[in-house]
Amino acid sequence: MQTSLSLRLATRLGPQPLKLAGAAALAVLLAMPALHLWTDPASSLHVSAYTLTLVGKILCYAIVALAMDLVWGYTGLLSLGHGLFFALGGYGMGMYLMRAIGHDGNYQSDLPDFMVFLDWKSLPWFWQGSEHLAWALCLAVGVPGLLALVFGWLAFRSRIKGVYFSIMTQALTYAAMLLFFRNETGFGGNNGFTDFKRILGYGIAAPGTRATLFLLTVLLLVAALAAGFWLVHSKFGRILTAIRDAESRLMFCGYNPLYYKLFIWVASAMLCGLAGALYVPQVGIINPGEMSPANSIEIAIWVAVGGRGSLIGPVLGAGFINAAKSWFTVAFPEYWLFFLGALFIATTLFLPRGLLGLLRSHKENA
Amino acid sequence: MQLFKPLILLLSLCSSLVAASPLTELAHADPADRAGLITQWTVQADGPRRQAVAALEEGRLFSSADGSHVLLQGTDGKLSDVDSGQLVAGDAASLDTLPVNNSVRSALEAFHAAGDLADPDRNKRLSAIQALQDSANPGLLPLLLSRQRQEQDSQVKQALHMASARLQLASPLVAQRLQAIGVLADSADPATVSLLAPLASEAGEQDASVRAAASQAISAIKTSQWRYNMLGYAFSGISLGSVLLLAALGLAITYGLLGVINMAHGEMLMIGAYASYVVQNLFRTWWPGAFDAYLLAALPVAFAVTFVIGMALERLIIRHLYGRPLETLLATWGISLMLIQAVRILFGAQNVEVANPSWLSGGWEITPALTLPYNRLAIIAFVAAVLVLTWLVLNKTRLGLFVRAVTQNRRMADSVGVPTGKVDMLAFGLGSGIAGLGGVALSQIGNVGPELGQGYIVDSFMVVVLGGVGQLAGTVTGAMGLGIVNKILEPSLGAVLGKILILGFIILFIQKRPQGLFALKGRVLD
Amino acid sequence: MTQRNIHTNHQGNLMASTRRTFLKSAPLVLAAAGLLSMPAFAADTIKVGVLHSLSGTMAISETSLKDMALFAIDQINAKGGVLGKKLEPVVVDPASNWPLFAEKARQLLSKDKVAVTFGCWTSVSRKSVLPVYEELNGLLFYPVQYEGEEMSPNVFYTGAAPNQQAIPAVEYLMSKEGGAAKRFFLLGTDYVYPRTTNKILRAFLHSKGVKDEDIQEMYTPFGHSDYQTIVGNIKKFAAGGKTAVISTINGDSNVPFYKELGNQGLKATDVPVVAFSVGEEELKGIDAKPLVGHLAAWNYFMSVKNPVNSKWIADYRAWAKKKGLANADKLVTNDPMEATYVGINMWAEAVKKAGTTDVAAVTKAMAGIKFAAPSGFTLEMDPKNHHLHKPVMIGEIQSNGQFSVVWKTKAPIRAQPWSPFIPGNDKKPDTPVKSK
Repeated sequence: MQTSLSLRLATRLGPQPLKLAGAAALAVLLAMPALHLWTDPASSLHVSAYTLTLVGKILCYAIVALAMDLVWGYTGLLSLGHGLFFALGGYGMGMYLMRAIGHDGNYQSDLPDFMVFLDWKSLPWFWQGSEHLAWALCLAVGVPGLLALVFGWLAFRSRIKGVYFSIMTQALTYAAMLLFFRNETGFGGNNGFTDFKRILGYGIAAPGTRATLFLLTVLLLVAALAAGFWLVHSKFGRILTAIRDAESRLMFCGYNPLYYKLFIWVASAMLCGLAGALYVPQVGIINPGEMSPANSIEIAIWVAVGGRGSLIGPVLGAGFINAAKSWFTVAFPEYWLFFLGALFIATTLFLPRGLLGLLRSHKENA
Repeated sequence: MQLFKPLILLLSLCSSLVAASPLTELAHADPADRAGLITQWTVQADGPRRQAVAALEEGRLFSSADGSHVLLQGTDGKLSDVDSGQLVAGDAASLDTLPVNNSVRSALEAFHAAGDLADPDRNKRLSAIQALQDSANPGLLPLLLSRQRQEQDSQVKQALHMASARLQLASPLVAQRLQAIGVLADSADPATVSLLAPLASEAGEQDASVRAAASQAISAIKTSQWRYNMLGYAFSGISLGSVLLLAALGLAITYGLLGVINMAHGEMLMIGAYASYVVQNLFRTWWPGAFDAYLLAALPVAFAVTFVIGMALERLIIRHLYGRPLETLLATWGISLMLIQAVRILFGAQNVEVANPSWLSGGWEITPALTLPYNRLAIIAFVAAVLVLTWLVLNKTRLGLFVRAVTQNRRMADSVGVPTGKVDMLAFGLGSGIAGLGGVALSQIGNVGPELGQGYIVDSFMVVVLGGVGQLAGTVTGAMGLGIVNKILEPSLGAVLGKILILGFIILFIQKRPQGLFALKGRVLD
Repeated sequence: MTQRNIHTNHQGNLMASTRRTFLKSAPLVLAAAGLLSMPAFAADTIKVGVLHSLSGTMAISETSLKDMALFAIDQINAKGGVLGKKLEPVVVDPASNWPLFAEKARQLLSKDKVAVTFGCWTSVSRKSVLPVYEELNGLLFYPVQYEGEEMSPNVFYTGAAPNQQAIPAVEYLMSKEGGAAKRFFLLGTDYVYPRTTNKILRAFLHSKGVKDEDIQEMYTPFGHSDYQTIVGNIKKFAAGGKTAVISTINGDSNVPFYKELGNQGLKATDVPVVAFSVGEEELKGIDAKPLVGHLAAWNYFMSVKNPVNSKWIADYRAWAKKKGLANADKLVTNDPMEATYVGINMWAEAVKKAGTTDVAAVTKAMAGIKFAAPSGFTLEMDPKNHHLHKPVMIGEIQSNGQFSVVWKTKAPIRAQPWSPFIPGNDKKPDTPVKSK
């Protein structure tokens, strides 16, 4: 087997440096908002708003990848619809942000601009209460959770799994995308929500707001990692792994996998919703494009590349692919899809446990 | 009122331009009046008028650079002023021609049609009548009536009858109007409703009996229209279903056999469509005379190309992911990305043009209310043929026997000596090849671009989920069911909600029948 | 390719920064480090951003605008550049992904420090980058016809507003010359441009005495490809009197629509379709035979005959050939390409006039700038509303994929981005106001 320099390095240094690297990464991430706020823009230590939003966006993706890994890597359910839960969370937050624009929109109306434009006279019922951030957050977490609950109950009850399950989740997100593209649905159609002004009274583009949102994203990621760690190492986590590896045998042992699957599926959807809610104020736009089947498949590839069945792997994968994308689409826009496609194939063929698996297998061999 | 307008126009034109030659008259007419002038000439066509019309039609009339004169390009290519007849220096290529717009074009059509009414070819006579009927020129009535007396062919006579009836609706005689309404009531042409509507209202018609007859005729036409509408929905449902079937058939075979979902399946459709593009271009360059046959030549090419690509994919990638269907799904998605980008680099990101051969353009007009497009009819026939061939391959050949055996029980088949590896490869090639054939068909109704296949992915998966795997009947029922239900829901719910409703229905449906409509019975627990 | 020099720039940055030792821990942080470093500052060039999708669904339309922008920049450079400096294009690919548009815009402004950006096609991409341009005080030139209802101090709109495209087209259809249509079928893809345009058109038709029962509005989803039902509806609707279809169908859906129309026997002479999104570039991918006689309304057609236009087309093709673009001698030009070209040249003129690339100074200098455009008219940037005065032309599609111009305005018309046909717009100021 080929060993690159970095791998040999990782092998020789063992697990301790990995932990150190993780701690260093966390320290850098926590320092970034401070560097953004309190350093001189001309200094080489300054973190620009561009970098901060870009990394913030990738961190949100990392949370989604983590949520995806809980259902795929640990429980064996490949969802091709996780982009839907992420987008729904984003829409929940977006509703609040649209309402927070107040009268500063183009038409100076109580209603969001796109409703004025559709000649709507009053808020539809599902927009009620969205002027409160707390309720919007409830929506951002609750709606994906509820949808996941209903869909998951129907699917798991009739023991739909494997590729069938994947296809159904893809159809689900596709249907939702079509629905949200319609202007009459009441979520701004193709344009979605944009042109946000403020959140809780603070300007959305203010450095302080940016830094806070970034910090919240980092904390959510850390919390999700911690909760995930606790979960997969508990008895519950071992049952999830058993479902993945031999569901029938588990049933013969007297367990009903339905509720285990349902719990992790709903939790994962809610985590995605939360990530979506943090994503939208940072990138400044949410629209149905986020629900396209291709986006959801990309989430799966973050997890696969980083390493399924480990918690840190998906985070690495999301970071790696998105960083590669940012660089590739500038340097070789024409070859980005080739690279991504080759990555899909190479990972599934040669790296079943992803980048992290590569590091670990070397560790075990050494 | 409507019908008098051309008359007024005609009178005013005659008085102002009585001395001018037809050419100058046409050249200096206000652009808005040119069509009216030609319509007026339809019944009085003579040599100079024909020449003037031809000059306009052939784009030999130009407005001079400053817009003050109109120039005529002679057959020798030289320009002359239409008023003075003097030669003028200038380059026709840099001048704007006098525009031939839609209204002028339809007037021209009628102008030529009037001459064709006596043509020995009966089809030409029929289309001439069609053209004249749309022009609603009251001056044509005597001509139509005289032709009607001379005409021998019953169908042409009937058409003349209809055309003149339309004009007779404006007749001052009550009896003639009644007779015309009676004729039109049988026409089943929805366009006549708008002609009859003024006669059914008090504002447009004084005579009560005419009003009653007109309303009766309108409702008769509407009833017949309703029937044809239903037929139309059924047809479009079957047509959509056959498109879905083409997209899903190959997928159902490979999924049934290997239990893996080929996400690059849509790209096989795309490659098939590009194959027909390439074949079309070859024909255009080398055998322009046989251009209409390119589509037939494209079929084997598309099949061969996608068959080979499919086998290569199976050999190189899918085989190595045995027993890991989810990874196969991701790997094939990667393949699809690469194929899309490869096509984009080879042929450009833009859509490419694939022309319909002339025998697939137009439609079969059952009645004026219902036209079945030839390309859709051809696709339905083509699907049926592909289906029969697939059935024969699966049920009458040794390969088919093996495929069925492996689909039903892979291990058992393996142990009795079926070369499962080879069967997998060939069946994957077959599935891809069918998709390639589908691509050729799709190139005839929609865009051919790198993303062609993406649009069919979710729909064809739904067909497979609904129909179950391993049985052709399931796929056919799934596809037709989806197509027809879609088309029934579309008029009332719109395209989007109808589709969402169907997806929701499928999710509920697989509660009842997780293995689809036509499940293979077996005792294997996953 | 001209982009190559820029790419090495970025690679250089990434490598330089990886030398920083304290950040060497994880790939994520590495990526972040690449973005931390300062932009390489080349003082002898002026950087110009080009923000068009080169991949994804919009690549079909936007790639040619990128090429046109590079051509115009090369042309200006060949004449000695601006203020004694060469223009340096920075091409980025937002990949038809709307959040990515905002991200790339931020990159162009804060990292590459471009003086101006030419870019965007869809309204949603413009809406996505708009807050970024307003926040960082950048300058964007938007070259595509759009729905109006917007006027940002940081944007110059070189495409048509609805009164420069849609309304004249409908007036033409109602005229005797255009067939005197009495009924109107408004058909569009379901997004903001068709919806606004149709809203304006409905109000306009009402003002002309057309009743609601003679107007039918219908929307299809993106990428819709089965037009059987809709063409059936049009046929039924057209039975009620002389009908015209006003199509705001988006790009890809047009081919299946026109094919279905032709095959179900609806001819242009019976039911003309006037489209606002079908141009020369789109017709390239279409077998144009079934479309002959249908109409399009634009501010420029490749077929207009004047010396500026023929030189422009010839120069562009020669440039493309030199750059090795595929089918260089068959390249077509279209309205958004002309708008891109006009925009870049006007900006260069304004920079010369202002003597600086400073956004405020250039914005001031843009007012009233004139340019002899390929359309054959001398176009003027309105002194107040940031929109271009444009002529309107109606063309009929010909079988060779070109348009024959059947009608055009005598002179360019001023844009009304706040359409008077939308209630409440009469109170809008006629100058751009920065949003709060």
